[in-house]
Amino acid sequence: MLLVVEQFLNGLQFGLLLFLLAAGLTLVFGIMDLVNLAHGSLYMMGAYFAATFVAWTGSFVLGALLALGATLLLGIVLELAALRHLYGRDHLDHVLATFGLILFFNEAVRLVWGPAGLALPLPSWLAFPVTIMPGIQYPAYRLAIIVVALLVALLLYLGVMRTRIGMLIRAGASNREMIGALGINIKLLYTLVFGLGAALAGLAGLMQAPILTVQIGMGENILILAFVVIVIGGIGSIRGAFIAAILIGLIDTLGRAFLPNLLRQILSSAAASTAAPAMSSMLIYLLMAIVLVVRPEGLFPASRR
Amino acid sequence: MAEPLLRVDNLVRRFGGIVATDHVCLEVGRGELHAIIGPNGAGKTTLISQLTGHLAPHAGYIYLAGRDISRLPAYRRSALGLARSFQITSLLPDFTAADNVALAAQAHDGHSFRFFANARKEPQLRAAAHAALERVGLGHRADVPVVRLSHGEQRQLELAVALATRPQLLLLDEPMAGLGVTESASMVKLLSELRREVGIVLVEHDMEAVFALADRISVLVYGRIIASGTPEEIRKNDEVKRAYLGDQHVVVKHG
Amino acid sequence: MKSSLNAQTIAAAALVAALLLLPAYSSLTGNIFILTLFTRIVILALAAVSLNLIMGYGGMMSFGHAAYLGIGGYAVGILAQEGIGSGYAQFAVALAASALFALVIGALSLRTRGVYFIMITLAFAQMAYYVASGLARYGGDDGLTIYKRSDFGGLVNLSDRVQFYYLCLACLLAVVFLIWRIVNSRFGLVVQGLRSNEQRMQAIGFASKRYKLVCFVIAGTLCGLAGALLANNTDFISPAVMYWTRSGDLMVMVILGGMGTLFGPVVGAVLYLVLEELLSQLTEYWALIMGPLLLLVVLFGRGGIMGLLGRLNRG
Repeated sequence: MLLVVEQFLNGLQFGLLLFLLAAGLTLVFGIMDLVNLAHGSLYMMGAYFAATFVAWTGSFVLGALLALGATLLLGIVLELAALRHLYGRDHLDHVLATFGLILFFNEAVRLVWGPAGLALPLPSWLAFPVTIMPGIQYPAYRLAIIVVALLVALLLYLGVMRTRIGMLIRAGASNREMIGALGINIKLLYTLVFGLGAALAGLAGLMQAPILTVQIGMGENILILAFVVIVIGGIGSIRGAFIAAILIGLIDTLGRAFLPNLLRQILSSAAASTAAPAMSSMLIYLLMAIVLVVRPEGLFPASRR
Repeated sequence: MAEPLLRVDNLVRRFGGIVATDHVCLEVGRGELHAIIGPNGAGKTTLISQLTGHLAPHAGYIYLAGRDISRLPAYRRSALGLARSFQITSLLPDFTAADNVALAAQAHDGHSFRFFANARKEPQLRAAAHAALERVGLGHRADVPVVRLSHGEQRQLELAVALATRPQLLLLDEPMAGLGVTESASMVKLLSELRREVGIVLVEHDMEAVFALADRISVLVYGRIIASGTPEEIRKNDEVKRAYLGDQHVVVKHG
Repeated sequence: MKSSLNAQTIAAAALVAALLLLPAYSSLTGNIFILTLFTRIVILALAAVSLNLIMGYGGMMSFGHAAYLGIGGYAVGILAQEGIGSGYAQFAVALAASALFALVIGALSLRTRGVYFIMITLAFAQMAYYVASGLARYGGDDGLTIYKRSDFGGLVNLSDRVQFYYLCLACLLAVVFLIWRIVNSRFGLVVQGLRSNEQRMQAIGFASKRYKLVCFVIAGTLCGLAGALLANNTDFISPAVMYWTRSGDLMVMVILGGMGTLFGPVVGAVLYLVLEELLSQLTEYWALIMGPLLLLVVLFGRGGIMGLLGRLNRG
């Protein structure tokens, strides 16, 4: 029971992080029709910035805020310098160009921070366990991630559903030509959306940093997961991304935690312990394959085309 | 009693709350040119798409020479002798005119899982392609890539592609769309020759052409067929006049 | 589509001649390294050529093509580990396993299109990657060392550097020839027609999915051959050859050289890997240059190298 609750919360926390990453990806995808493989690099940069700024300032919050700003800025620069020239091009061009960006970012990080990776210590004021239920304790930092991510998700939801710019974003996701026809400064909107996506990716990266090591290539694994999320959720749909992210987070975490025991009931323990890690890693890809076979446009396709 | 070439029985297709095809019944006999006219948005292209199998009907049946084809995919219908031209020209742009037609001939020759021999050098495919191109007056443009053909030539090529599948029934979705006066005239001439060989369903806005060519005309308004008959009968039909004069700008000529 | 006896043909011919003469150069100068490097290049060019069949001619943007490299490689590695050293058996299993994998994932993936297709092929490749990581008996994450190369009796000795190189080159040229015949055959024209306008092809009577699936399987099988050769070349196979960035590498080679051209992927593979080699000699941080270079190729070099040469002709 204790383990179940703990793993459930872990899954939720991971799912919410995935959502932060996937939200930016799905917006950029839905509105600019851009496949951005380098989105994972922004996540990585968020983590590296945070590790650096926290060490500089000595304050976790200050460092995190600086890192957030830096990723936002980096996203905007990236959009202005390179990615905006890719709008309207073939998806394949996007894949190739942003693949190049991944190479660049990984190498730049190795040049600046070295190949070893960094550690970002937990802020001491969050490094204690919280009793969430009688007899069940959970790390305060992980709880804080859940709270922050939920808040951001809520803000994003309100922002997209209630504000004028959110309306434009939604309009853009369902019909790209329309916002142009409304006489909106599309270029500015695109830059803003991209910057927002970059900041969200950076936020995910910097929050994840104290739990994992900050290292080169950390963006690539999670990028694929984020893609799985938006494909399952339906490209361009924030709601779909949210639901799919939570789903993936839970399935992945719970699968890793409980599949080995489950398999041991069926198979010999030796066979189970070899098969389990591979099988739990496969679970989400299996889910994605099933979803796409049944619903080739994802669970919540944004209404368009 | 002989089964008509095409029989459409109470076909229904909805889009959300809108009924785009509302219990449409239609019969086209062999050697008949049957025109479907109607104001914009009457559901003509929706109807054609269901006949060809690119859109599934929600209810009703389609029979081709007595055989129920209502649920068959597009390529199977084509194999049974149903060919279409598209309203918006839809060819293989980076292929030559001859390649486009030869592929259609190949589709009906049966064997396309041949991996080694050069298909562009197969005499019977090339001959079929050139015959169809000659038929529509494009013989001299055989080796020109589609992207370099004029709009009128592309419309003619559409027809050649359809003919190369040796159809029993030809569905033509606005073959005159965007054609100039001379091009239109030659298309009308071509269709009037073709009608002797193959049944034709013609969707067209050019009323002059429709009334000159058609054996029978059906009028589609808001997804329903409000009248069906010879050009003479349609011209005299009050309901048709009302539908056209009431909410459309197109005036039925000679009427 | 058009016969292009010109800069493209000349470039291709020069490349083939250079590849044929490479072992002579290597033995004359005593530069063994270049032979090793080019053996790898030729094998990966074979993989790129196979990817080009579906990507360039078939319009199917598979982002999971490296999976077949792994499947072909593991077929060799696992059989060798289990004491079956016969090259005939190993390569037959490598090809059959790749074909089967392609058949299954192709049948599922081809239900989707566009970006969804890119992503689902990626997902299947990742699944293959994790399956390989879980093969504890065969090294798991760490990979599997192959102690003895595939044994083809007296026919060809894979442990001889020059013989192995020529075997790989022969495979590459044979596959290029095969693809040349395929793309001009009835089947090939149908596949290219589907890339151009699928709806039209259905309207004139082609069951589109069947053709795409067969094309997908052919490409996967040919890449499985590359995988079997690659495992022999490195005497080692690990899940890393299936990682998604490797699929990305293959795509880059195809696009760099020119999609939908016969020799484009070969040119792309040579260029990409030689550049990688040169840059990494120049600086440890070679990717710092390679990355932006790719971006520039996309922004300014449409149609890849072959496209560039094609424009050269037209002046």
